[in-house]
Amino acid sequence: MSKPIAMNNIEINATATVRKINAPEGIRRRLMDIGLTENSKIECIGKSPMGDPSAYLICGAVIAIRASDCADILVEV
Amino acid sequence: MGITASSVGRNAVDSGFEIKKHGENDCTIALAGNPNVGKSTVFNALTGMNQHTGNWPGKTVAIAQGCCRTQSRNYVMVDLPGTYSLMAHSAEEEVARNFICFASPDTVIVVCDATCLERNMNLVLQTAEISKNVIVCINLMDEAKRKGIKINTTLLSERLGIPVIGVTARKKKSLAPLVAALDGIKDSSYFHINYPEPIEAAVEIIESAIPESIREKINPRWLSLRLIDSDPTLEAEIEKRIGSFSDIPELRLALSKAKAVLGKAGLLPSDICDAIAQSLISKAHEVCKDAVEISKDYSKTDRRLDRFFTSRATGYPVMVLLLLLVFWLTVTGANYPSQILSDLLFGIQDKLSELFYSLGSPEWLHDCLVLGVYRVLAWVVSVMLPPMAIFFPLFSLLEDSGYLPRVAYNLDKPFRLCNACGKQSLTMCMGFGCNAAGVVGCRIIDSPRERLLAILTNSLVPCNGRFPTLITIITVFFIGTASGFFGSFLSALALTAVIVLGVLATFAATKILSETVLKGVPSSFILELPPYRRPKIAETLIRSIFDRTLFVLGRAVAVAAPAGLVIWIFANISIGDASLLSHCADFLDPFARLIGLDGVILLAFILGFPANEIVIPIMLMAYYSLGTLPDLGTSYEIGAMLIENGWTATTAVCVILFSLMHWPCSTTLMTVKKETGSIKYTFLAAALPTAMGIIACMIAAEIGRVMGL
Repeated sequence: MSKPIAMNNIEINATATVRKINAPEGIRRRLMDIGLTENSKIECIGKSPMGDPSAYLICGAVIAIRASDCADILVEV
Repeated sequence: MGITASSVGRNAVDSGFEIKKHGENDCTIALAGNPNVGKSTVFNALTGMNQHTGNWPGKTVAIAQGCCRTQSRNYVMVDLPGTYSLMAHSAEEEVARNFICFASPDTVIVVCDATCLERNMNLVLQTAEISKNVIVCINLMDEAKRKGIKINTTLLSERLGIPVIGVTARKKKSLAPLVAALDGIKDSSYFHINYPEPIEAAVEIIESAIPESIREKINPRWLSLRLIDSDPTLEAEIEKRIGSFSDIPELRLALSKAKAVLGKAGLLPSDICDAIAQSLISKAHEVCKDAVEISKDYSKTDRRLDRFFTSRATGYPVMVLLLLLVFWLTVTGANYPSQILSDLLFGIQDKLSELFYSLGSPEWLHDCLVLGVYRVLAWVVSVMLPPMAIFFPLFSLLEDSGYLPRVAYNLDKPFRLCNACGKQSLTMCMGFGCNAAGVVGCRIIDSPRERLLAILTNSLVPCNGRFPTLITIITVFFIGTASGFFGSFLSALALTAVIVLGVLATFAATKILSETVLKGVPSSFILELPPYRRPKIAETLIRSIFDRTLFVLGRAVAVAAPAGLVIWIFANISIGDASLLSHCADFLDPFARLIGLDGVILLAFILGFPANEIVIPIMLMAYYSLGTLPDLGTSYEIGAMLIENGWTATTAVCVILFSLMHWPCSTTLMTVKKETGSIKYTFLAAALPTAMGIIACMIAAEIGRVMGL
């Protein structure tokens, strides 16, 4: 078990498990709706040309999220 | 680019909850589902209608209705905007939620995407908590099969206690079991999800206090959950639809008791939301366990495509090249048909003239109808139809393939630097078709401030009505001498440059607005990038020609005919020594010269307010009636006539700039008024691009003067 890191810091093609969602209310609910909940698995599959946002595989779908929106989400690689 | 009769016509107005039933026994069926799972495709297949479809989330932003007759019953189908959840976060999600919760549809079909069923299950569960008659329709079964995903619908149906039907909505035949399920639906009970203990206890306290009058209308357990969940928009909606319950003393008492229970358990309101959401997700996982089998690496091709379309090195160049390719095909392909149509239609003009003379009609009637109305119509048709008939289908192909969300993904960072949102690029793309449709499409943006930014700047990308103007001027003035492959390539390149300029202007305007009247920090950006899909080429061609092209052309013709008449009258009524037209043009001339145009051009833009398509025809009509060249067939002749009237390269550049940046057409402005509900913003939507256009033209004119062009 490694130390939890912020979700925007995981590398491309790395898989991680979500540990704690500290994002503000509005964003948190939106993320939960698309299946990003504690203990769910995510994978970073790429970055946009300017490095932000990044694309993540969440619950079988590819979702683009800005670094600032997932900086408060702690994951374990 | 959702432009169809229904998206910009009078039907664009939300029909609200008003259901148009044909008979007493008609049943209302709501189609719900996550964004981009093919709800509209299912809707079209069931109703035989042509609601616009495309492979990107947020395409359907309002409620659409249609009829579906089966052997036993008539159904009114209601196509709802896509939602991930019924705890709404955006205007369109609220629309869907309110319909399912309060319009009491007889049955709700939840359309799911077979390729990510578990995520979709969240909405299924939430819907089944509210409605007793739910059918799960798992769409895209063919795609799932291709990706090695296996779904056991029987097991799912058993676990959920409701019908689960797998379909491939693009193949109409596969919908037969869905129709059979509709006919055979019976009331089931509300789906029960277990929540953590303190929440269950609180729900029980409230539920027992809900009076019978409300129980009839809504599932009391669901209502109790929402009351402890404390969602203010939903509470307001409940008050409006069901009546105020804050004046029911027992309920108020129960509510405070329940809150005390939750408080004692140490649950804050946000914890309650999380716990409820978490329970739903766990339940969804449980339902799908063993019923859905996913093979690894099912999306390898998609990832490879994503690297090509969105990587640092290739993302932006590919975007521009695709745009260039689309324009090149449009310009090249439109050339010959345009010429043929023009020959044909102007040939008919001569025949019409002969007919008028042989019938002995007065000179003025012939001139006014043939030289006024008919000639403008012929112009509009021959200039507009071919590029539209090529551009629209090409764009539809891009749209169906799933590329557009990647554009939003690529452009999010630059938009964020303007304090806006990447989804604005989706509304920008819709603007290519029609700015009014683009403005309506801005509903996909959640934050009201960012939505306003997108609405106010939408007209800075040229709509289809302005493409012919741009193409004509570019061809006539800058490519004229070069012909063949090289010529059309240069045209396309110039057009791409103009579009890129429009996009840059959008960024500038967004930045200006967000630093002044619409101050604020960027909110969040969460966008689903759907799987790539091979578009159905034949169908797309036919559909976009009939749905969009002919509709847009019809609108242009409807505006052009009276405009032709007005222009003719203006040109032929003399006051003093000159016609009314030249008086108007003379009046506008001094100001127009200042921005590199002339009075006639500015007048054409003003008269083109109802539809931008007619700007060039009006201009040519006006020059023609001021008396110069007799015939206008080829672009060479048009060029000669424009030069005769004092046009230079600078004039052409200024016309292009002004066409790109001036007031939006009347339809767009009316849509802005409707969407923002504010005269002030409607005014701003017209004033901002106009001001930008005037400044850009002044600069261009000045540069032209200095360089002596």
